[in-house]
Amino acid sequence: MSNKKIKIILNGVKTACDKDDTVFNAAKKAGVFIPTLCHDMRLEPYGACRMCSVEVKGVSRLLPACSTPVSEGMDVRTESRTVKRVRKRLVSLLLSNHPNDCMRCETSGACKLQNLAYEYKVDGMEYGGERWKLPIRQANPFIVYEPNKCIVCGRCVRICNEIVMAGTIDFTGRGFNTVPDTAFRVARTLSICEFCGQCVSTCPTGALTDKKARGKGRVHEMKRVKTTCSYCGTGCSFYLNVKDDKVVRVSSDFFGPVNQGDLCVKGRYGYDFIHSRDRIKTPLVKRGDKFVKTSWDRAFAIIASNFEKIIKRHGSDSVGAFSSSRCTNEENFLLAKFVRTVFKTNNVDNCARV
Amino acid sequence: MAGLATSLGAGAATNSLAQMPEIDTLFLFGSNPTEAHPIVSIYLKKALRNGAKLIVGDPRKTWMAKRSDVWLNLSPGTNIAMMNGLVHAILKNGWENKEFIKNRTEDFDALREKVKEYNLKTVEKITGVPKQKIIDAARMYSHADKAMIVYGLGVTEHRTGTENAMAIANLALVCGHIGRPSTGIMALRGQNNVQGASDLGPAPNILPGYQPVANADARAKFEKAWNVPILAASGLKSVEMLDMACQGKFRGLYIMGEDPAQTDPNSHEVRRALKSLKFLVVQDIFHTETTQYADVILPGSSFAEKDGTFTNGERRIQRVRKAIEPVAGLADWQIICRIANRMGYPMKYNHPSEIMDEIASLTPIYGGISYDRLERESLQWPCPTKDHPGTKTLYTDLFSRPGGKAKFVALDHKGSGEMPDKEYPFALITGRIREHYNNGSMSRRVPGIMELVPEEHLELNPADAKKMKLKSDDWVSVSSRRGKIKVRVRVTSRSQRGNVFLTFHFPEALSNFLTSEHRDPIAGTPEYKSCAVKIEKLPKSYQA
Repeated sequence: MSNKKIKIILNGVKTACDKDDTVFNAAKKAGVFIPTLCHDMRLEPYGACRMCSVEVKGVSRLLPACSTPVSEGMDVRTESRTVKRVRKRLVSLLLSNHPNDCMRCETSGACKLQNLAYEYKVDGMEYGGERWKLPIRQANPFIVYEPNKCIVCGRCVRICNEIVMAGTIDFTGRGFNTVPDTAFRVARTLSICEFCGQCVSTCPTGALTDKKARGKGRVHEMKRVKTTCSYCGTGCSFYLNVKDDKVVRVSSDFFGPVNQGDLCVKGRYGYDFIHSRDRIKTPLVKRGDKFVKTSWDRAFAIIASNFEKIIKRHGSDSVGAFSSSRCTNEENFLLAKFVRTVFKTNNVDNCARV
Repeated sequence: MAGLATSLGAGAATNSLAQMPEIDTLFLFGSNPTEAHPIVSIYLKKALRNGAKLIVGDPRKTWMAKRSDVWLNLSPGTNIAMMNGLVHAILKNGWENKEFIKNRTEDFDALREKVKEYNLKTVEKITGVPKQKIIDAARMYSHADKAMIVYGLGVTEHRTGTENAMAIANLALVCGHIGRPSTGIMALRGQNNVQGASDLGPAPNILPGYQPVANADARAKFEKAWNVPILAASGLKSVEMLDMACQGKFRGLYIMGEDPAQTDPNSHEVRRALKSLKFLVVQDIFHTETTQYADVILPGSSFAEKDGTFTNGERRIQRVRKAIEPVAGLADWQIICRIANRMGYPMKYNHPSEIMDEIASLTPIYGGISYDRLERESLQWPCPTKDHPGTKTLYTDLFSRPGGKAKFVALDHKGSGEMPDKEYPFALITGRIREHYNNGSMSRRVPGIMELVPEEHLELNPADAKKMKLKSDDWVSVSSRRGKIKVRVRVTSRSQRGNVFLTFHFPEALSNFLTSEHRDPIAGTPEYKSCAVKIEKLPKSYQA
């Protein structure tokens, strides 16, 4: 990336930007919002949806901001009357082959198409004509595909092939019937699916949704908590979506410093253990061969008296602790401190060596 | 990690993940990121799409190995011989970085003399990798501009694990491929907070921040802050605690969030040790193989139930945020405080941010970290002060050893503690698959994952399968000198002839009953990656 700065005129304002920027990125950095359906920061610019069309002085047609590089002195208007008219027409055309069932759609409230229809005041009645009537697909254990809601922006296809390199889905069919799908539209190609849900994370509409979260609440009902994944050592960040004190979904954090929204099958779908019925919910103490429930206070009393007894009789070096690389930094520090201050020994270790 | 610490100064990855797409030559060694670290693999795939050359050192034909320019398909446990061979080839052809060796390293002569013993014919014999491939890999790596070695547990989980890491450092140093963006050594960490757990001192010989207990100044600092005397002598390593327990000399153990009865090798011995303990407290979110042996079980809290931080494999300290209340009422840090208070040492914190403040005050590498800053920015240690921006690339001018120079270590090939023989003819490699995680206590509770991968499979090469008249899904028994399990077979060319592969995610077919007791004497890391087994076909009528 070259850091050379050039200047463009953005909606009448002189704006500095990098030589390698696209109009879309330059506008974004300057805080100017340009709508788009087919663009995802993780992907190469594609220029399919034309929603990001802008007017450039001296060019007779509209240009897609996502795939047009900036040039010195370029005079760009992102919200001219022509631009708005074209965008409205595009949304209208998309809605002419869309179920328009937002009231029961999983993605309602987070749907880019719905937002654009709202912004450009499109009701979906302008054009008649043929509509897809394709069945819902549920063979994948984590992903539900409703092809009728697809706007053929190609984001799922590109993320599966460009980023994950799994090659599970591609465009199938021709003309009006072109739709992203697995080979031969059969579930058996799921054998090469990585179940990472990257396609779901990039889908701008309700065509691809997380199966486990369906019916569990929509975006405006969720408390979203940004956190760090607890599986491997990569350190991906994501949002836990919480409703009624239950984690019901994991969604991408597109500004995560490590993963920029990318997640794997465990990070995105491996959260069921949190609310598993098997969780240990109270302290347990062994009586004979069985464990019986006890209170926290009782458990702490038993622990304290047993360790104290052993230390008194056999010395501090006869006790110790294992810490865990599954726990937080603060907990590891505290256990290291605990062993040295309470047990008064250096007998503490962790599984980092394992 | 002790390996990199000896050679370079700190036991940590030298670069950032985000630098990976710019790599021009990637040397992936003992790591299968498309399965074990899928998001790291996304970065590496980007590098490949940008035209990076790829060398893979792995006995298994992984996704990356299939796409490599050179696949060094070495036999398990021959890492040092492989690395010495590569250095030999580089020095013989004059491809080394003489200026870097002269200015930034020491003890080069010792290495040069040692690798003379490893001519490529010898190395070919030990590793099973053809001479020409070694030369190709040596040329490719040494001629690169931005070369990164990415290694995983295939390097460290051997009895020579620490030395294997030093051998890798030798290779990088000979070529001067360290201390620049996109150029260095990245160790991929297995668990979410391995780095943090190493950094923060639950270890018998170091206090938080790698400050040795043997160092009087470090001890004095902690004694003042904690108001107790700290012993100068190292404590017992986990394996030593267990050994002493078997001998009746170690009696009380508190285990927070670990499952040694399943995840430690040679599980029968571990279980005997746990049984011998007078008093065992286990704190975990689920019943595990280990909780069976507890006298008291305390309910742990999952990452969704507490505030805190994790430190990832690139030294980045990131927030964990509480989304729901702890299922059992207390978070793990609160439990430790309550026990300490009960035993007469006051620990009072209102929030984990206060623990981090204490960490920052005692641990120079975390000195500049606070929850306030982590809300605004993403920091990688070392970050010694509140205005320090953190460190993306280590060793850009000095190594963190005395004198600032990196050290070459002359190493001998020792091989695995147990080699295949007539009775146990196969080398067993263990590892992870993408869908599952470690002892499986988390991932086996995800219904969709269990639908996809419900049970263990033994990966077996087609030629071996043909010889033994086995086909995919047949039942076999796999046994070593320590134990025996029954699994189904998957015939695949991912395994080379003579090698087989198992995960360790399934307690009903637990590969750690088979793995050996051999350990790295320096770090204590068990040799998970290689032991000798035999395979016997079970009758058609067998059902699990």
